[in-house]
Amino acid sequence: MIPATFEYVAPTSVDEALAALAESGDDAKVIAGGQSLLPVLKMRLNAPSVVIDLGRVDGLRGISVDGSDLVIGAMTTHHEIANSPLVREHAGVLADAVSQVADAQVRHRGTIGGSLAHADPAGDYGAPILALGASMVITGSGGSRTVAADDYFTDLFETAVGEGELLTSVRIPSHGGAGSAYEKFVRVAQQWAIVAVAATVRVADGHIAEAAIGLTNMGSTPLRARGVEEALRGRPVTADAVREAASRAAEGTNPPSDLNGSAEYRRHLATVLTARAVLKAAGG
Amino acid sequence: MTRITVTVDGTRYTDDVEPRTLLVQYLRDRLGKVGTVVGCDTGNCGACTVHLDGRSVKSCQLLAVQTDGHEVTTIEGLANGATLHPMQEAFRDCHALQCGFCTPGMIMQAVDLVTENPHPTEAEVREGLEGNLCRCTGYHNIVKAVQQGAGAMSGGQS
Repeated sequence: MIPATFEYVAPTSVDEALAALAESGDDAKVIAGGQSLLPVLKMRLNAPSVVIDLGRVDGLRGISVDGSDLVIGAMTTHHEIANSPLVREHAGVLADAVSQVADAQVRHRGTIGGSLAHADPAGDYGAPILALGASMVITGSGGSRTVAADDYFTDLFETAVGEGELLTSVRIPSHGGAGSAYEKFVRVAQQWAIVAVAATVRVADGHIAEAAIGLTNMGSTPLRARGVEEALRGRPVTADAVREAASRAAEGTNPPSDLNGSAEYRRHLATVLTARAVLKAAGG
Repeated sequence: MTRITVTVDGTRYTDDVEPRTLLVQYLRDRLGKVGTVVGCDTGNCGACTVHLDGRSVKSCQLLAVQTDGHEVTTIEGLANGATLHPMQEAFRDCHALQCGFCTPGMIMQAVDLVTENPHPTEAEVREGLEGNLCRCTGYHNIVKAVQQGAGAMSGGQS
């Protein structure tokens, strides 16, 4: 399978990339690692007239700490994130989730920015990004703005990144010291999540002080399980208490039905996986 | 057309390519490196795995233009003259193939896996080969070969 013809632009700075975007408008697609875009182009589900490659843009790749935030450049690969001691220390659930994206070859090439801009609700970034309370840094010709994870995913494959803008980095408040877990349910190797749950939990005196839960593939966007978060607050770290709170995991979700499972099955999975993730994160 | 300069298996090539040319097409159709095969053509099977700057990637999921200025190693660049790479030798030794179609990708992924983890357990080998499918389901000998090849690569080779 061969993509339709397109013009290829390889900018070397964010400004050049933005200028190329402004020039081609709606007809352009931005390529990062290309692990989602290339299948789309090859199957001709999309046929942009211009492809703008961020592969040569300096400064979009890397992981650093800025104050109390972990900052990950948009062109940082899954492999770099999964193996980063900084990510492990400050945002463990992200490392756990990203190490389960597809397979080694895809993780060498795919990027955090590409995955978050593509915004597949079955992708492994959304749930941890929500559970970590991350912010997306979006850059346009007028400068950069920051969008909270809760406001970033707007619909199926749609995000707060506007026309003429680029997702340039992700900022994650340090979760050093908090427990976390990513529970992903698949039937075969390298599969997209049928359902997955990301949890970050702070425990104090045997009770859950604070919990944040993100859900993968439970609707048209990644979702927060706010009912569970509320029900967990102040509860003891026991299997019964956590399971009871987790029974609210499917509240407000609208999961798909497909060959891998019905919506009902996914609702059930969400409650089971949430309980597992919270217990693991709480060390219970 | 876009002009690219790529080092493939140690040789520098400069070519004009259509931007939509996939890396695997460029390798096979332009450079004649047909050792790298097209399996599923959808990024699932891993048969087309090559190394880009030393890391495994699926050459059907990359544009040739994205490799401009970079270094690609294919299955044809592994051997040292007539001497097979230890991982190739181990695949032959363990009869780690049936039809052989997945073999180039399996070997390239195995070399990457062992470079990162010189002494993988059986479970780590199976997980590391997640992106490579053998439709003959010949995984048993493949896993054995990767472990034997790992031993040879870390100094035990003859």
